[in-house]
Amino acid sequence: MSIQFKSITELNELLDNKAISASELNQESIQLAKKYSELNCFVTLNEENAKKKSAAIKRNQKNPSLLSGIPLAQKDLFCTEGLRTTCSSKILSNFIPPYTATAVEKLEGAGSITIGKTNMDEFAMGSSNETSFFGSVHNPWKKGFVPGGSSGGSAAAVAAGIVPAATGTDTGGSIRQPAAHCGITGLKPTYGRISRWGMIAFASSLDQAGPLARNAEDCAILLNSMSGYDSKDTTSLNSEVPNFLENINQSLKGKKIGIIKEFDLSDLDTEVQERFEESKNAYENLGAEFIEVSLPNISASVPTYYSIAPAECSSNLSRFDGVRFGYRAENTVDLNELYIKSRSEGFGDEVKRRILIGTYALSAGYYDAYYKKAQQVRRLIKNDFDYVFKSVDLLMTPTSPSTAFKFESKGTQNPVELYLEDLFTISANLAGLPAISIPHGQVNSLPVGLQLIGNFLREDLLLNAAHVFQKNSDFHHAKPNLEDFK
Amino acid sequence: MSWETVIGLETHVQLSTKTKLFSRASTAFGASPNSNVNLIDCGLPGVLPSVNKEAFYKAIRFGMAIGAHINQTSIFDRKNYFYADLPKGYQITQMELPIVLGGSIEIPTENSPKKINITRAHLEEDAGKSIHDEFDGFSAIDLNRAGTPLLEIVSEPEISSAKEAVAYMKAMHQLVTYLDVSDGNMAQGSLRCDANVSIRKIGDSELGTRTEIKNINSFKFIEKAINFEIKRQIKVLESGEKVTQETRLYDSAKDETRPMRSKEFANDYRYFPEPDLLPVVISNEEMQKIKDEFPELPTEKETRYQNEYGLSSYDAQIIASSKSMADFFESSLTGVKNYSLLANWLIGEISAYLNKELIEIHESKLSSENIAMLINRIDDQTISGKIGKSIFEEMCLNGSSPDQIIESKGLRQITDDDSIEKVVDEVIENNSEQVQGFKSGKEKLFGFFVGQVMKKTQGKANPQTVNKILKEKLAK
Repeated sequence: MSIQFKSITELNELLDNKAISASELNQESIQLAKKYSELNCFVTLNEENAKKKSAAIKRNQKNPSLLSGIPLAQKDLFCTEGLRTTCSSKILSNFIPPYTATAVEKLEGAGSITIGKTNMDEFAMGSSNETSFFGSVHNPWKKGFVPGGSSGGSAAAVAAGIVPAATGTDTGGSIRQPAAHCGITGLKPTYGRISRWGMIAFASSLDQAGPLARNAEDCAILLNSMSGYDSKDTTSLNSEVPNFLENINQSLKGKKIGIIKEFDLSDLDTEVQERFEESKNAYENLGAEFIEVSLPNISASVPTYYSIAPAECSSNLSRFDGVRFGYRAENTVDLNELYIKSRSEGFGDEVKRRILIGTYALSAGYYDAYYKKAQQVRRLIKNDFDYVFKSVDLLMTPTSPSTAFKFESKGTQNPVELYLEDLFTISANLAGLPAISIPHGQVNSLPVGLQLIGNFLREDLLLNAAHVFQKNSDFHHAKPNLEDFK
Repeated sequence: MSWETVIGLETHVQLSTKTKLFSRASTAFGASPNSNVNLIDCGLPGVLPSVNKEAFYKAIRFGMAIGAHINQTSIFDRKNYFYADLPKGYQITQMELPIVLGGSIEIPTENSPKKINITRAHLEEDAGKSIHDEFDGFSAIDLNRAGTPLLEIVSEPEISSAKEAVAYMKAMHQLVTYLDVSDGNMAQGSLRCDANVSIRKIGDSELGTRTEIKNINSFKFIEKAINFEIKRQIKVLESGEKVTQETRLYDSAKDETRPMRSKEFANDYRYFPEPDLLPVVISNEEMQKIKDEFPELPTEKETRYQNEYGLSSYDAQIIASSKSMADFFESSLTGVKNYSLLANWLIGEISAYLNKELIEIHESKLSSENIAMLINRIDDQTISGKIGKSIFEEMCLNGSSPDQIIESKGLRQITDDDSIEKVVDEVIENNSEQVQGFKSGKEKLFGFFVGQVMKKTQGKANPQTVNKILKEKLAK
């Protein structure tokens, strides 16, 4: 029996009925990863370890952890002890961490098995997974098309049914946008909901880990394990973590959903607009009401983000200097040359571009005009959200302006073109709010994502709204035809 | 032409916390290279700092002692620059909102005490150490020091001479050791300073171009480095040239300062708020606790020593001026009746010994119990002061107790009149010539008789008793 495309809930049934053992399940998951190696989802497979660990799994029959024996893939920026962690960069291509990220530790603590590390945009900088040192990832729905980014490997691995779920990180849309492009469900939690310890930083004040899965229910299962305060990350939130499965079936009757006036959808592909209108109707049929709301500063999100994120990245990436770990250029005569050569050879173009932008935004004489100003605008955007959440429960937007696109078709001449991919997703990062992307149909045989944004710490409501939608639709059951990748 | 000097000091005080500012690795000095280093200290990918509140408490204690404003909410910033011993490529420091603002420190000058205002004091992490000359063609990095908490204290440019700068650093040393903020060990780099030095014509209101002398770590070098720099700048200006604003290093071997790097090429540090740390908030309860547990300061001790133990103001001041001396005095007090005698010994023999050996009292073999015992044996006349000194020498060598030495060497003082009288009689009988001389007016010979008695008793006879009995016998 194939385990491909099965959800965590379905796999739990198989495990409980002893139709399959944890060992067989993980073995098969790894076989699928190998079978579809052409997708290029994985940078490193954890075969030996996964074999050992899954063989040792003893499911508690009375009260099994819902992750016990479940194969998962981790985005390759979560440090995993003894298992290479590259950030899809040459500069970390030989890095084997001596410790494990809290998020992964918690998932493994619940019994899940890490079968491999997934490909991504280098240091999570990109929206197409094309900046990876290990090559582009194909969208399982169409060869030669991007899976989105930066968590493109994770999204593609879930969409191809190799693993039921994977971890990702989202700094400006890096979970939601690839989830949308690959037709799966992806959740970016509230900033601080999940510890950042062991997650290699891109932009510290925006980075947030989260799950990508076949449906909202599975996202809730992962979130239950990943969440919680961590004394090793003092920016993690010391708030109670609810059981996200508990209220997932609640009725949406009377829930108010805001449509953001400032996002003019009429510029988008008409079919993307149509899918959006259809989902609006679907939610209305489920009892929700729609209200138009205004977030006057939201149009400044992209420039604000592209001042703050590169600034933080320029500093965060300073530690990759060839001195203590990672790639070191050979035959250098002095320290300066060691830095220049190691970093010039070790980083790809997009990373260099962002380090340059960030260095500029922080330099004397420009700090006030760029970085400081951006932080002020960020505060205004956050205030806008605080204000509208007084009158609505959720906000709804498309996840991405378009569907997945062809390799090397966007941003090759003008990077800003690619930066606009994040138009709808970025503001949730700037405001630290949770947001989810769920599949809601297709345009030209490619999946389209619907984004819901929730108030601070209201992942429960997002998952509830997504799950009820999925109970009443089949979009999340659609499977890509993988004939081209065998 | 007459010149005046303007000096501002940036003092780096290494805080005596057990663990580092942002990690729980030990701060112990002298461990083998790279052994006090954890994931955070070496800046591995994915690690995050978390704040050691103890460093804040110490910084606040310092701030309170100098009458400064304490920012109960303070934030950390990143100072970005590349260096091989700076693992993250940035130093976490406080730029915008430091923990301590304002305050002042009083220093003694020839005429009257002078108040030096403090601009600010902020917390930051130290870098590691680069070792350049021990590995052929390579540099080595030791990260033990990386992440050690520092308090950088910036003075206003109100110091007007090298002497005053030394007085300021001495006052700083006294303060930080007293407050238990730092061990103040300059040789180990726990207290060091950068001096910003400029000169101008007397009467000018504008400051001259300054140079910054980096990393001076002894009182002697502070004075020499600044004096060299003042002379150098006068020479430059008097020859019609201009002082270049630059960073200089003091070379103690050559007794000169040399340019390190020109400020024009200096880094743009690109400060910005550290996004990995939330603002640190100190509650009113924490502030109150720091106040409640505030240590006694030198002037308070001075007064108390006079009132409680009847010390002279001179003795009280000398003992209170050094934290280690005062600590030793207080721990030796138990069981001692004669406090002045203890004070005399501390200021006299013990200080002389420590100065000669260039060590602090806690580094010596002397324990407060043994010193208390020694004082009591002199005070209760078991031994004379002179025997006490020879016992003290032995205590310094091997740390043994005075009672042990007295017993093993039979040094107990002879105090009973009968035994002494016997010896006195013998001396008078055997030296009839000198007795004659004495009686005929050569009173100086009295010392001779004392000496003879002491010789026969190996110095153990109580001198007062000897004097008394000799006087009686010779008068007959």
